[in-house]
Amino acid sequence: MTNEATAQIITANDLLSGEVVYLSDAGKWSPEHGDAALLGNVQADARLSEVQKSDPSVVGPYLAGATQRDDAPSPIHFREVFRTKGPSNRFLGKQAHAV
Amino acid sequence: MYNYTMFDKDFVANRAAQFRDQVQRRIDGSLTEDEFRPLRLMNGLYMLLHAYMLRVAIPYGTLSTAQMRALADVADRWDKGYVHFSTRQNIQFHWPHLQDVPDILEALAKVDMHAIQSSGSCIRSITSDHFAGAAEDEAEDPRPTAEFVRQWSTDHPEFAFLPRKFKVAVTGSKHDRAVTKLHDIGLTLVRNATGAAGYEVSVGGGLGRTPMIGKVLREFLPRADLLAYLDAILHVYNRIGRRDNKYKARIKITLHENGIDEIRRQVENNFKLQRARFDGSDQDIFARIEGDFEPPVFKQASIGGYEATRNDDPLFRSFTDTNLHPHKNTDYTIVTVSLKAHGATPGDASSAQMRALADIAQEWSHGELRVSHEQNIILPHVHKSDLPSVHKALRNAGLATANIGLISDLIACPGMDYCDLATARSINVAQGIATRFDELKLEHEIGHLKLKISGCINACGHHHVGHIGILGLEKRGVESYQITLGGDGTETAAIGKIIGPGFSADEILPAIERLIAAYLDLRLDASEIFLTAFRRLGPAPFKAAIYTDEVKNHAA
Ligand code: SF4
Repeated sequence: MTNEATAQIITANDLLSGEVVYLSDAGKWSPEHGDAALLGNVQADARLSEVQKSDPSVVGPYLAGATQRDDAPSPIHFREVFRTKGPSNRFLGKQAHAV
Repeated sequence: MYNYTMFDKDFVANRAAQFRDQVQRRIDGSLTEDEFRPLRLMNGLYMLLHAYMLRVAIPYGTLSTAQMRALADVADRWDKGYVHFSTRQNIQFHWPHLQDVPDILEALAKVDMHAIQSSGSCIRSITSDHFAGAAEDEAEDPRPTAEFVRQWSTDHPEFAFLPRKFKVAVTGSKHDRAVTKLHDIGLTLVRNATGAAGYEVSVGGGLGRTPMIGKVLREFLPRADLLAYLDAILHVYNRIGRRDNKYKARIKITLHENGIDEIRRQVENNFKLQRARFDGSDQDIFARIEGDFEPPVFKQASIGGYEATRNDDPLFRSFTDTNLHPHKNTDYTIVTVSLKAHGATPGDASSAQMRALADIAQEWSHGELRVSHEQNIILPHVHKSDLPSVHKALRNAGLATANIGLISDLIACPGMDYCDLATARSINVAQGIATRFDELKLEHEIGHLKLKISGCINACGHHHVGHIGILGLEKRGVESYQITLGGDGTETAAIGKIIGPGFSADEILPAIERLIAAYLDLRLDASEIFLTAFRRLGPAPFKAAIYTDEVKNHAA
């Protein structure tokens, strides 16, 4: 387990494609984890309830722990790491889009 | 198989049209996600980890060739060219886009398919023996009953919002291949002393967090009373099932908390009321449905070429040693097509493979296909003289893996590669085990073994009833795999016992290897399968093999 201090990002799935998306500093949804805004706990809760109330373009937004690494936010839990890539049994999802 | 009436066709087409409107209203913002979610779930549309997932019902696992082709077309046109056959005889598309789902449902409605009641707290798609209507050991075909129950439960207004989901399985054989004892209701077709047709009814079985084996509520229920009795069970459950706690809401907990005698008393009382509502017209419907399940006209031909090919072709011999099951007609056989090529994802099939299966069934299996909860495809009626041609066609499609009932014919749920509820992956473990035992060339030596893997406690991979079960959990931020031993999903149902602390993703395969080595060492002879050896010896010697001193020190 990592002992790095953690912050939160807001993530969801896109309404139409279902793709995993992250809320950026500019308030836009990006498919890249690196674009996610790193938020402190209080700020994160407030942003999340705003998004839940007023953003119909995504499904199931929630907070996930993240940490700053090499100038970009990076996921901590293995579930969130999988969500940045796609299934490990098939080369599909984000990992395939990146090629 | 059952032919949709105009009523069925209209119903399914209307539901697809309704859903088109609902999707449109979600996209244009008239419906919020909170409003839309229950509507999409009623139509089998989930949001998983990386994308939407559409689950389409294959009632009692029976598929026509036209349906298989239509499913392949959906995979190509709106998904990524493959599908996943689930452990409930359903099919899952793992990459549909929301705006395409109405078109998919419309295409499926054209071949009498839908996604209704494949989700939600309702009576789910009815499951059955995948060898139904074909197996030598079958007393009676369970599919007319399954279809009858499907019609009764479809859009049943009283049971659309039960405390929790509700699963019914039907079998017509004394060898239970439909895991009926682990369903909310399990129906077994039986005859009483006078030869009258009826059902043994069990209730309260289930896997998941609190696995329980169903208890017999009625040893003999006359056939004519089936719907009134089901109404009574569901009515009682709907009234006293717990809605305060989702983990205690299944009927197994209702039964556990109230006791079988009290449930029986309430059901029998209610049954008297229900029964008065029936005038026998349901039995006319049953008779009509039965007519749809007439067996095909079997051909008369020599089976001589079959033995000759077995002698000449070792691959064919190996295939026919493992993948066949005796048919009612001794010139015929049931072929199980493995969707578990070593290292492949259990239950996945490409659209090309699906079309090949449709072609093969068309030519050599009287146009019938079945889907098993063990994530394989069945060709139920193959004349033995056609087996060499079937085998050749399967080989060309990459579908001739000869491993049915062996360690690599394992069940695995999608786990964290797809599922949003998962606590760990399961497919990677399945792939590792199948590949390793293939390398060792040991699986035929090991013999009959049911290994089942789930990616979380919901137990979609049926790990509780695996001779060897593996449950993927999270422990201290990494995937951890717990082993259970001695489970059994058949007529001798048993829940497997947890053998000890879990293993990491790297350690689980070596642990399974040590377990299997111990079994090979301990068995009386090759005819004593793993489960029998486990029952004879108990867990101790297997536990000792799994947890060597080195492993224990490491774990400590
Ligand atoms: S067992 Fe858990 S991980 Fe596997 S499919 Fe079911 S809910 Fe998902």
